[in-house]
Amino acid sequence: MLDLLGNHTVQTVIMGAVLLGLVSGLLGSFAVLRQQSLLGDTLAHAALPGVCIGFLIAGTRHLGWIMAGALGTAVIAAVFVQVITRYSRIKMDAGLGAALSVSFAVGVVLLTYIQGHSGASQGGLDSFLFGQAAATRPSDLWFMGGVTLAALTLVALLWKQLKLVTFDPLFAGSIGLPVGVLETVLTAMIALAVVVGLQMVGVVLMTAMVIAPPVAARQWVSRLEHMVFLAMLMGVVSGVVGVLLSAGVSHLATGPVVVLVASALVAISLLSAPGRGVLWSWLKLWREQRAIGQRQMLVTLHKLAEHHEDPYYPVERSMLDSFYGVATGHILRRLQARGFVVPASHMREEGPHWALTDAGHSEARQELERMDWNQAEA
Amino acid sequence: MQAFLNDPMAMILLTGALVATSGALLGTFLVLQRQSMLSDAISHSIVFGIVVVWLLTHAQSGPLQIAGAALTGILTVFLTEMVARTRRVKRDAAIGLVFPALFAAGVLLLNLYARDIHIDSHTVLLGEIGFVWLDTMSLAGFDVPQAVVWMSVATLVNLGFVLACYKELKLASFDWQLAAALGLAPTLMFYLLLGLTSVTAVAAFDAVGAVLFIAFVIVPAATAYLLTDRLSLMLLLAVLVGVISALCGYPLAVRLDVSIGGAMASMTGIFLLTAFVLSPRYGLLGHWRNRRVKAPG
Repeated sequence: MLDLLGNHTVQTVIMGAVLLGLVSGLLGSFAVLRQQSLLGDTLAHAALPGVCIGFLIAGTRHLGWIMAGALGTAVIAAVFVQVITRYSRIKMDAGLGAALSVSFAVGVVLLTYIQGHSGASQGGLDSFLFGQAAATRPSDLWFMGGVTLAALTLVALLWKQLKLVTFDPLFAGSIGLPVGVLETVLTAMIALAVVVGLQMVGVVLMTAMVIAPPVAARQWVSRLEHMVFLAMLMGVVSGVVGVLLSAGVSHLATGPVVVLVASALVAISLLSAPGRGVLWSWLKLWREQRAIGQRQMLVTLHKLAEHHEDPYYPVERSMLDSFYGVATGHILRRLQARGFVVPASHMREEGPHWALTDAGHSEARQELERMDWNQAEA
Repeated sequence: MQAFLNDPMAMILLTGALVATSGALLGTFLVLQRQSMLSDAISHSIVFGIVVVWLLTHAQSGPLQIAGAALTGILTVFLTEMVARTRRVKRDAAIGLVFPALFAAGVLLLNLYARDIHIDSHTVLLGEIGFVWLDTMSLAGFDVPQAVVWMSVATLVNLGFVLACYKELKLASFDWQLAAALGLAPTLMFYLLLGLTSVTAVAAFDAVGAVLFIAFVIVPAATAYLLTDRLSLMLLLAVLVGVISALCGYPLAVRLDVSIGGAMASMTGIFLLTAFVLSPRYGLLGHWRNRRVKAPG
C-alpha cells in the first residue's frame, strides 16, 4: 500500500479523486435536496456531444476546449429540460430522459464522425465514456482544482441564498431573491462538477458520484452545513479508497470501484446511521413489540389471579400459549428475569405453571392504570 | 425473399423500424406513468445481468440472456422501490443509486473474468446496427439476420402485451388507485411493463446499444404525447415517429459516414423539437396563441 502511495501516477489519480469527491459532494448535496438527482445523469450524457465538439474545434485532446464544449452542451440540455417541462405537458422524467438519450445520440454521431474523418484515433475520447482515471495528467489537476475552488467560493458567498432556494423557493421568491438565476447557477455548477468527473469515472458512473455521497451524508446529519461537509468527506473517502483498491488489484477499472465504494457507504448509512438507520427502526419496532407482549402477559396473569381470588394463582403455560396463539415461553422467561413472575409447581402430572410475584402485580396494576388513563384521553 | 434478407440496407432499416416499434409501444406507457427514467436505469443495469448470465452459462445471446435481462430489469426496479420505500431517500435519488451500482458491478465482473469476450461495455452502450446483416441464423429455410429475428419476436410480444392488457395498462396509467380498487393489478402491469422493457433492451442492444434504445423508448412517446389526448392515437403516433426517425436516420448516417444508430436516435430528437414548437394544443405555438386569446383587449 505504501509503495502505491509513492507511485507518481497513483499520486496524481488520488489528488484527482480528492478534488472530484470535494466538488461532487458539495454540489451533489444541492442537487439531491432539490430532487434533481437525475439531472446529473442527464448532464453527464449530454456532455458527450460537447466533448466531441471541443475536440473538433481544438483538433486534439485539449482539455480546456473539451471541458468548455462539454459544459456548453450540458447546460444546453439542462435549459432544454427546464423549458420543455415548463412550457409543455412533458413531465420532468420524460424531459430528462429525452435530453439524455438524444444528446447522447448526437454525441455518438459526432464521435463516429471524428473517428472517420480526423484520421487519427479518437485520442482518448473513449476515456470520457467509461472513465480512465489512470490517464489523469498533472495538468488536469490544476483545472480540476480551479473548478473545485471556484465552486467552493461561489457556494460560500451565496450560502444563505442557495440554502433558501433549496428548501423554500416560494419564500425565496417572495422576499425578492432571483430564484431563477440562483437555480441556473446551481444547475450550471452541477454541470461543471459532472464535466470535471467525466474523465475520472466516465459518463454513467458520474451519476452516482453526484448522488451517493450526499445521500449517505444526509442519513447522519440534518443541518445543511453538516451535510455538505460530510458529503464532501464521503466523496473524498470513496474516491481515495476506490483508487487505492483498483491500483492494488490488477485489471480493475477505477471508476466502477469508486462507485461501488460510494454505494457501500450509502448502504451502511441507510442501514445504520443513528436515528435514521433502517436497522435502528427495526430494532425499535422489535423492542416495542417485545415490550407490548410482556405487558399483555402481566395483565393477563393479573386478571386471572383476581378472578381466582388467589394472588399466586399458577397458570399453565400451554393455556397461555393457546390463548395467545404463539409460544409464550420466551416472554415468561424474560418476565422472570425482571422478577415479575416465578415458575410454580401445581400438580406433578401437569405441564409448567407460572405465577405472578408481588412486583408483577404492582407492575400489572400500573399498566392497567396507564391503559385507563389512555382511554380517558382518547 | 432471400434477396431481400441479404440486402444490408433493407435489413438495417427493418431492424431500426422494429426497434422503434417495440420501444414506442412500451415507452408510451412509461411516459404516461412518469417512469421514463426507469428505462434509462434498466438499460444500464442490464450490463450486470448480461455479464452474470455469461459467466454462469457462457451464453452471449438467446433465451437465457433474455431471461437474465428480464430478471435484471425487474431487480433494478425492485431495488429502487425498496430503497425509496425506506422513505429516507427520494425516488429519483433511489433510481440514481441503484443502476450505477449494478452497472459498476457489471463492468468490474467484465474486467475480472471476461476480458476478451465480445460483450464489452462499449458494444452494450453503443451497439452497431450497421453490421446486423452479417450475423445470420437459419429460419424456415432462409438466412435471417439474428437481430431481425429477435427484434421481431420482441415487437410481437410487446404488441401482444399491449393489445391483451390494453384496458389494464390504460387505467394504470391514468388512475392507479382506481385500477387497484377494480382489481386490475396495476403493480403487476408495472412490473410486466418494465420486464418487457428489459427484454426488448437486451434484444436491441446488439443493434443500437442500450443508450440509444432509451431514445426510441422515450422520445417518440413524448412527441406523441404533445400531439394527442387519445391513448390509441398516441401509441400509433409514437410508433410512426419512431419508424420514420429510423428510416430518415439511415440515409443521413450513410451520407455523413457516421453511426447509423446514433443518426436514427438523433432524428427522434428533431421530431420532439418540432412537436414542442409547433404542436397546436400543447406546443410553444399553442401556448403563445392561447395566451393571446386569453389576454384582455
